[in-house]
Amino acid sequence: MTATARLRVWRGLAPQAGKFETYEVPFEPGQSVLDGLRWIRANRDPTLAIRFSCINANACKECMMEIDGNTVYACTARLEPREITVQPLSNKALVRDLVTEIAPPAERFWERVKTGVQNV
Amino acid sequence: MTEPMHVETDVLVIGSGGAGMYAAIEAARSGAHVLLVDRSLIGRGGATVMAQMTVAAALGSQAPDHWTFHLHDTLQAGRGLCDERLSRLLCEEGPDCIRQMDEWGVGWARKDGRITAAMAPGHDRPRCVYVDFLNTGPAVSKTLRAVVNRTPGIRKACDLLITDLVSHDGEVMGAVALHLASGAPVTVAAKAIIVATGGLTRLYRRNSASANMGGDGYALALRAGAPLTDMEFVQFFPIGHLAPRLIGMDPIMWDPFRYKLGGRLLNGLGEEFTSRYGSREDGAYVLTRDLATYAIVKEVEAGRGSPHGGAYLSFEHCPEAELRAAFGPVIDRLARNAIDLTKMPVEVAPIAHYHMGGVAADARMETEIPGLLVAGEAIGGTNGANRLSGNAVTEALVFGRRAGRSAASRIAGTTSQPFRPSAARAALDLVAQKGAPANPNSADMIQRLQSVMAEDVGPLRTREGLQRAIARIDDLAEELGERPFGDGRRFDMRRIDWFDLRNMLLVARVVAQAALRRTESRGAHQREDFPGMLPAWGVNQVARCHDGRIDLTSVPPVQGLAAAQ
Repeated sequence: MTATARLRVWRGLAPQAGKFETYEVPFEPGQSVLDGLRWIRANRDPTLAIRFSCINANACKECMMEIDGNTVYACTARLEPREITVQPLSNKALVRDLVTEIAPPAERFWERVKTGVQNV
Repeated sequence: MTEPMHVETDVLVIGSGGAGMYAAIEAARSGAHVLLVDRSLIGRGGATVMAQMTVAAALGSQAPDHWTFHLHDTLQAGRGLCDERLSRLLCEEGPDCIRQMDEWGVGWARKDGRITAAMAPGHDRPRCVYVDFLNTGPAVSKTLRAVVNRTPGIRKACDLLITDLVSHDGEVMGAVALHLASGAPVTVAAKAIIVATGGLTRLYRRNSASANMGGDGYALALRAGAPLTDMEFVQFFPIGHLAPRLIGMDPIMWDPFRYKLGGRLLNGLGEEFTSRYGSREDGAYVLTRDLATYAIVKEVEAGRGSPHGGAYLSFEHCPEAELRAAFGPVIDRLARNAIDLTKMPVEVAPIAHYHMGGVAADARMETEIPGLLVAGEAIGGTNGANRLSGNAVTEALVFGRRAGRSAASRIAGTTSQPFRPSAARAALDLVAQKGAPANPNSADMIQRLQSVMAEDVGPLRTREGLQRAIARIDDLAEELGERPFGDGRRFDMRRIDWFDLRNMLLVARVVAQAALRRTESRGAHQREDFPGMLPAWGVNQVARCHDGRIDLTSVPPVQGLAAAQ
């Protein structure tokens, strides 16, 4: 009998036009929610958009999202054998699925180009 | 096709780890306009931020030291293959960069006002500075980010994945990119490009690096015509965390514990075992990474591994007060993961950590291709067949600074060709292409490649295994095809994976092919069918790509007088 974690993940390209999808993820102690999301990508749906670099070390600080309503890093949130709701940050502009615009404005290439600052 | 967004700059720096940020700072201070780009956020990903502890430099702050002693140790560790121009630069200019970082407020650990240095394996004296606790990488990154932010002349662009360099008449003039957050194709015109993308540890299943270290820079340079060197030498970090599973901790975290407290490395039977492989430890941390990796893998192979297939690392003999004095809050983080070091050992095993190989460059950080420079781990040759603990962050700083200066002086001294959109056309078409309707799971393909590399191109290699790996890599390349996956909309993970796999598969093939050709064992490259180091193999292997085929040649290392010129 293997335990599973049920990840209820928000998916979408626009805040008004998204929906939750639920994935059953094999559970073993010592996994993070980020491990669960990476498992979903490799085994269920590679289109799930997440932002992370360092995977485990909590050094890059890129995997911030809302887990059960709390703003946390997915790499330090413990995966548990129950239903867990995972959403993008609600106070940042949505890019896709769990990815939001978290870079400081001065680092956003897109906005620089849109505002005509082309010759950088 | 929609027209790409186009930007122009003097110097394009690809990658914003320690090397990229230092390069950007130095190029801007020398008067160049710089565009610092990263596929991820600026100054957050890459390897620098992951560094737990040591940065080697002959500061002589506690005990007398000289850069020539550091150089001697670096060359010893490199087992005869170091490019001495690069090793010398690292050792000679290291102290200057460490002091500069100190002025910038990085906060090197101090005792009685003097910067403290730890003793690390392979060094003849305490030489490695650090920031407590396990905070060296984050502190270095944060310090450089702050300097980047206040240096005029640097513009930053995150979420920009460079997919190809653009060249004409053998000269680099820009790059093509995919802007991840919008899905838009981008062209960048640049008079000089510095590749500072780090290494290739993502090719392996168990690795200690960021997810964005898939060897992009090696592939970009190779496709642009620049040769790579020493690609068979992948460093495995011997004591990467294996079990019990824990979260929010870097797998290389046990290194600082060993620097400060020694610790005992034991096999599954609870015996000390490294002396079986010719190296005694006696509770001190003295074994270089290649030897320790070999000993652990061999012990597991002989059926004497720990339950999860590694070795035990024990600090049970250390009093709790000593542990707490050395690592303070880290002890609490371990407690939250149900680990009490006074009562239990942990399990460790080798984990892909660093790449000695990389783009061939001279002491100005210039490659064979005019306009193309390289910095940090992306350079090959500095560390030969095995890198010493502490040399990675130092080379990021020293080489970044040098690359920035060289790029700026190139701009001041030469007239480069104007950007030609026609030269970017093929690369742009690839980025902007509509994907095929059905694709294999791209994330699964990456995992399959990681398994191939872990199983057959890991620390111990054989002809049979390497040939099998090459066949599997070729199968994966066929499966990948020439048409990018995904729909091309914003943050399209399948498309990102596709471009990553395109690079990873090319680089994996170079590593496997170079490992197959080197029929001896040296440093991090161990052939079970060719044990022992052969004088005839005291050469660097140089890889070039012609029409998708990889050709390898052997050249003598740059040593002695040639290096001093």
